[in-house]
Amino acid sequence: MKSTYNEISFKETARQFRKEILEVIFEAGSGHPGGSLSAVEILISLYYYKMRHRPNEPDWSIRDRFIMSKGHASPALYVTLANCGYFPKKELKTFRKLNSRLQGHVYSGVPGVEFSTGSLGQGLSVACGIALGAKIRKADFKTYCLLGDGELQEGANWEAAMNAAQHNLDNLCAIVDRNGVQQNGPVEKIKHEEPLADKWNSFGWQVLEADGHNFGELKNSLDNFGSLKDKPSIIIAHTVKGKGVSYMEGQAKWHGKAPNREELAQALKELGFDYV
Amino acid sequence: MKSTRDAFGEALVELGRKNPKVVVVSGDLEDSTRAEYFKKEFPERFFNLGIAEHDMVGTAVGLSRDGLIPFACSFAAFLIGNAYGLIRIAVCYNNSNVKLIGAHSGLTVGEDGATAQCLEDFAGLNVLPNMLILSPADALEARKATFAMAQVCGPAYMRLGRTPCPMITEGDTPFEIGKANIMRDGRDLTIIATGIMVSEALNAAKALEKERISCRVLNMHTIKPVDKEAIIAAAKQTGAIVTAEEHQLNGGLGSIVAEAVCLNHPVPMEMVAVRDAFGESGDAEGLLKKYHLKDLDIIAAAKRVFLRK
Repeated sequence: MKSTYNEISFKETARQFRKEILEVIFEAGSGHPGGSLSAVEILISLYYYKMRHRPNEPDWSIRDRFIMSKGHASPALYVTLANCGYFPKKELKTFRKLNSRLQGHVYSGVPGVEFSTGSLGQGLSVACGIALGAKIRKADFKTYCLLGDGELQEGANWEAAMNAAQHNLDNLCAIVDRNGVQQNGPVEKIKHEEPLADKWNSFGWQVLEADGHNFGELKNSLDNFGSLKDKPSIIIAHTVKGKGVSYMEGQAKWHGKAPNREELAQALKELGFDYV
Repeated sequence: MKSTRDAFGEALVELGRKNPKVVVVSGDLEDSTRAEYFKKEFPERFFNLGIAEHDMVGTAVGLSRDGLIPFACSFAAFLIGNAYGLIRIAVCYNNSNVKLIGAHSGLTVGEDGATAQCLEDFAGLNVLPNMLILSPADALEARKATFAMAQVCGPAYMRLGRTPCPMITEGDTPFEIGKANIMRDGRDLTIIATGIMVSEALNAAKALEKERISCRVLNMHTIKPVDKEAIIAAAKQTGAIVTAEEHQLNGGLGSIVAEAVCLNHPVPMEMVAVRDAFGESGDAEGLLKKYHLKDLDIIAAAKRVFLRK
C-alpha cells in the first residue's frame, strides 16, 4: 500500500472510521466502542503510513506483522482492514452475527488478520516469538503489537517484556493504547501502572510517548522506532477511551456496550454526519 | 531400562540435524527435560526463556508462524498449569504448529512431591480441540513419537517421565498416531494402558494367564485422538475392560475409554488410576505402590471386572 503521510487525509479517514466503528457495533447489538475509538489514529498510522503490507496479498512473505493483542477492539481493526481493501466493506455489517467470519474478537479467518486474540496478555509473547523467528531466519520485516493499558495488568506481558530485551528484538514495536480506563473504572484506581514509561525503560525498552490522537506525534514515534539498535521499542500512545463521542469519552461504561439508535444518531451528529 | 526423557533428548538432536527448521524453547528446565542435548549441539536454535511458561509457549507460537517447528519444553505441571489460557487460544484455537513437551509427568517424579507431579495433563488437554496427545510407553516409543510429532502439522503434546522404565517395544514395533498397539492378545478381558502402566499391564497379564484369565493388552500411546476402533473391538471381542494410567481417575484415559465403550458397546469396566488425590514426596516405586498403580492393582481390577462379566 502506498504510505505517504497526509495529515489532512488521515484526519478525514479517522472521522470516517469512527462512524463505521459505531455503525458496526450498533448493527451487531454488542461490541467494544470505547477501546475501538481510542485506537483509530494508531491503526491509521500503522496501516496507512508505517507498515509495509499488501491488501491483495495478505500472506506476502515480507509484510510487516501486526498483532492486535487487545482483541476486543476488533471493530477498529476490521474497519481499517476493510477500508484498506482486505475484504468487502459490505461484510462489516455481519460483525458478530452467526456464521460471519467477523468474529466478536479479532479472528485470523479474516483476511489481513495475523492471529486470533481475545484473551488479554497473549499477544506480546506471540509478537516476540515472531520477531525472534525473523531474527533467526534473517527475514526483513517488522512486528507491531497493539496492547491495551488495562491489559498490561496481565503478568504475561512483563514476561514478554523481559524476553524482548534479552533477545535484543529491535525489529519489534509495541504500542500501548493508554486510554486510562478499563471495564470497571480507571486503570490507575484499579491497579495503577504509573510510572509506566519508567517501567518499560527499566525493562530495557526504548520508550517513546505520543498523543495517540495526533498524527504528527504518532509519525515521529513510529519513525523513531528502530533507530536504536538492539532494543525493542514501545510507544505509549496517550488516548481517550471513546474518543470522538462526548458521552463515551473517558467512560468505563462504554468499554463493552453498544449504542442504541438514539445514541448512535447523536454520536454521528457529533462526528459531523447525518444519521439516516 | 531407559527414561522417556533421555530418549526424547536424543531424538530431538537427531531431528535437529535432519531438519533445520526445528527450534527449541525451554523454561529453564532443559537439564531435567534433556532439551539441553539440543542446546549443546544447536545453541543458535535454542532459547532458554527463563521461568516463564506462558511466555515460553507464546514465543513458541510466534516462532511457528513462518515455518519453524518449535518444541516448547518444561515440566507438565507448569507447562499446562501456567500456560493453559495460551495453549487454549494461541495454540489450539489458532491451530499453531507448536510441539509441547510435558516432562516429569505422573507420580514417578518422586521426591519433588505433589506440585511437580502432573496427574491432570490428559484431562486438561483432551478437552481442547485440535490438540494431539501422546503418551509413549517406553524410551523407544518416545523416540518415535518425537519424530512423529514433528511431522504432523498442528498442536501436539507429549508427556514424558522422569525415571528409567522397562523397554517393552522393539525397534520395528510400529508407531502410528491414533492407532493403539496390541501388545499381547487375549480373550477374557482387555487391559488398556498408557505410559509406564503398559509394562505393569503386561506383568499383570502374565500373572493372570497362570490363573487362566486370558488378557489382551493394548498400548494406548495416543490419548487424543484415542483409538476408538480398538476400544470397541476390545469390548466386543473380550467383553470387559480395565484401564491403567499414571493420572487422575477423573477425566483421564479411563474416562476417555469409558466414553467410547458406553456410547458404542457397553461392557463392565474397572479403572486403575490415582483416586482424586494429589501426589506426595517419596521414591518412585514406593509411590506407585502406595497409590495403587502397580501390576498387583491391575490384577485385582481384572479379577473384579472378570466376575462382573
